[in-house]
Amino acid sequence: MRRSLAGAAMTVMLALTSAACGGAEEPVDGPVTISMWTRAATQAQSERLVKAYNSTHSNQVKLTVIPTDNYQPRIAAAAGAGQLPDVFASDVIFVPNYTSQGLFLDITDRIAALPYKDALAPSHMSLGTVDGRRYTLPHTLDLSVWFWNKDLYAKAGLDPEKGPATLKEFAEQATAVQEKLGGDGTVHGTFFGGNCGGCYVFTFWPSVWAAGGQVMDAGGTTSLNDRPAMTEVFEIYRDLYEKKVTGPTAKEEQGPTWTGFFPRGGIGVMPMPSTTLGQMPADMEIGVAPIAGPDGGESTFVGGDSVGVSSTTKHADAAWEFLAWTVSDEAQIEVMAKNKDVLARTDLAGNKYSAEDPRVVLINSLVAKGRTPYALRFGQTFNDPQGPWLRLAREAVFGDVSRLPQLNAEITKSLQQ
Amino acid sequence: MTLLLTRPGDRRTSAAPPAWWRGRSAQGWLYAAPAAAVVGALFLAPLVLVAWMSLNRWPLLGPAALNAPGNYLKISDNPLFLDSVLFTLKYTAITTVLLSGLALGLALLVQERRPGVGFFRTAFFLPGAVGFAAAALLFYGMLNNDFGPVDPILQALGITDEPVKWTGTPDMALFSTIALVLWRFAGFNMLILLTGLQAIPVEVYEAARSDGANRWQIFTKITLPLLRPTIALMLILSVTGSLLAFDQFFIFTNGGPDNSTVSMVMVIYRDAFFRFDLGGAAALSVVLLVALVALNALQMRVLRRPE
Repeated sequence: MRRSLAGAAMTVMLALTSAACGGAEEPVDGPVTISMWTRAATQAQSERLVKAYNSTHSNQVKLTVIPTDNYQPRIAAAAGAGQLPDVFASDVIFVPNYTSQGLFLDITDRIAALPYKDALAPSHMSLGTVDGRRYTLPHTLDLSVWFWNKDLYAKAGLDPEKGPATLKEFAEQATAVQEKLGGDGTVHGTFFGGNCGGCYVFTFWPSVWAAGGQVMDAGGTTSLNDRPAMTEVFEIYRDLYEKKVTGPTAKEEQGPTWTGFFPRGGIGVMPMPSTTLGQMPADMEIGVAPIAGPDGGESTFVGGDSVGVSSTTKHADAAWEFLAWTVSDEAQIEVMAKNKDVLARTDLAGNKYSAEDPRVVLINSLVAKGRTPYALRFGQTFNDPQGPWLRLAREAVFGDVSRLPQLNAEITKSLQQ
Repeated sequence: MTLLLTRPGDRRTSAAPPAWWRGRSAQGWLYAAPAAAVVGALFLAPLVLVAWMSLNRWPLLGPAALNAPGNYLKISDNPLFLDSVLFTLKYTAITTVLLSGLALGLALLVQERRPGVGFFRTAFFLPGAVGFAAAALLFYGMLNNDFGPVDPILQALGITDEPVKWTGTPDMALFSTIALVLWRFAGFNMLILLTGLQAIPVEVYEAARSDGANRWQIFTKITLPLLRPTIALMLILSVTGSLLAFDQFFIFTNGGPDNSTVSMVMVIYRDAFFRFDLGGAAALSVVLLVALVALNALQMRVLRRPE
């Protein structure tokens, strides 16, 4: 028994240590198949890229899509067991943490050899850089913007071609839709994910940035979410909730279904991820506006995924070949732009497909104005349903506003862990 | 035996097992070896590893660094875990009482063989065949205010005027989760009790009846005392299962609203896989394990059949 115990412990330890010293290239003859993981939120884009790559290359990519909520734990478990795939995408805001844990291979020199290295989406690149070394490429860009339903606007007596230019106008227009059309309970002025930390940062923070405010210090270690720039935004949404302008389940919405309401045609105006534009019903007339502050300005949360080669891969060259292809002209224009996706490169914004739809041009133009906040402890502070940010946001919108300073201090504490 | 072994020319002497084999204890160990190997590999080795992890700072990749007893000391600085202890105890108490009562009721209902009883036994047990995670997802869908069918049905029947916020308040979230657990486990616990009930000899009931005992007296003086070991087993399973609750809260309520339904295992999971603090999570696991063993020992002592 003692031997079997020792054997089992040895196996576990071997698995752990082999994970620690992976990354060695295995010589291969002929084509190789590399494994790739991505999260469901950006599944459509990853699948299109992989399909296009597999049909034109001898090396093949096997894509595994993992439910968004389970992605972080799956990566952590895989890393601990030395079972990471060759390539994995990650929500861009988790990249600093993964990099600090040593999960990505250093690809600084490989990136430096790309002719368009300076045109790669700047916010994604900066979050994948540690001490001057680079670990990731932009994979998908998902920007928060306001969508409005032109049909409902017309029925509510609003100008269907004129979306909100300030957060206050957003509130007025949402209220108008609610008052004119909300009688039977099927139409609502607006909606937001009220029990979802990631939804709050994605949709509320751009209003703070648009007004010139900050949500954290530059190092991502001090929270500024009890400052007026943030609380004014909370107040406007709180007012909308109290007046029942939001859908009745906004307070309970945990995240998985928050983008599902707008396409059904029952929401007047709401913040939405730009990646969903290509998936909207074909006959739905949708306006797109940048997210604004209470009195104007414009900004966006540049979200989406970065992708890197795992530090434990045995196929680093094949993995890089695929990664480099995903940001090539061919992939960016014929795969991403063709499907109205935001491009990972700023030098291709004026391509033939994007020019057909002014909304796509607008979204592409926001990449330079938007931000991707940096914090090493981002996930556990802002995305985790048990993290301190969701408590603060929910108290601010639905509960006791006087608790904000104390909860803000808890966010700072979490950021500094 | 000795004589036999020393008798010259006896064929059995040449085939006799070696001396070490003759000891009862050595043979016992050998027979138990396969099971012991499985237990060692699948239970003891991970246990030792967890205990060792709890004494280290354990990164996802790279070497661990000893930091004992740091992971244990910082538990008191983890308000989420301390809250989750109270919540899990509350959940365990409510669930165990309701589940035991319901399971006993169901078991008594379908105890006797009569026409149609097989149908009801199957019907009561059937939810137990659904995976627990799947059951939690099922309730999430059924009770969802946006697309679940339960609210429209209740409203159509005139029972409620507007959608019920099944997971919208702390009390409702706990109530809905307990409903899920009762639905999923009542049949299984009924089955455990049913085996106990059917092990009680019919003669005992007949003797009681001929002595003039009424139904209540038979239940309290015959059924319950003779069912005691089975009830003990059910209680231990129920308490242990409830203290280790995870799926139902992780999937159905996601710990919400406002962290009101965060169980202890959820905190361990969060520390390990969201905060990547594997050492801290291992320390919490060890604490939970010790508490569980102590509680089970206490339960065994209290519930053991009186000599």
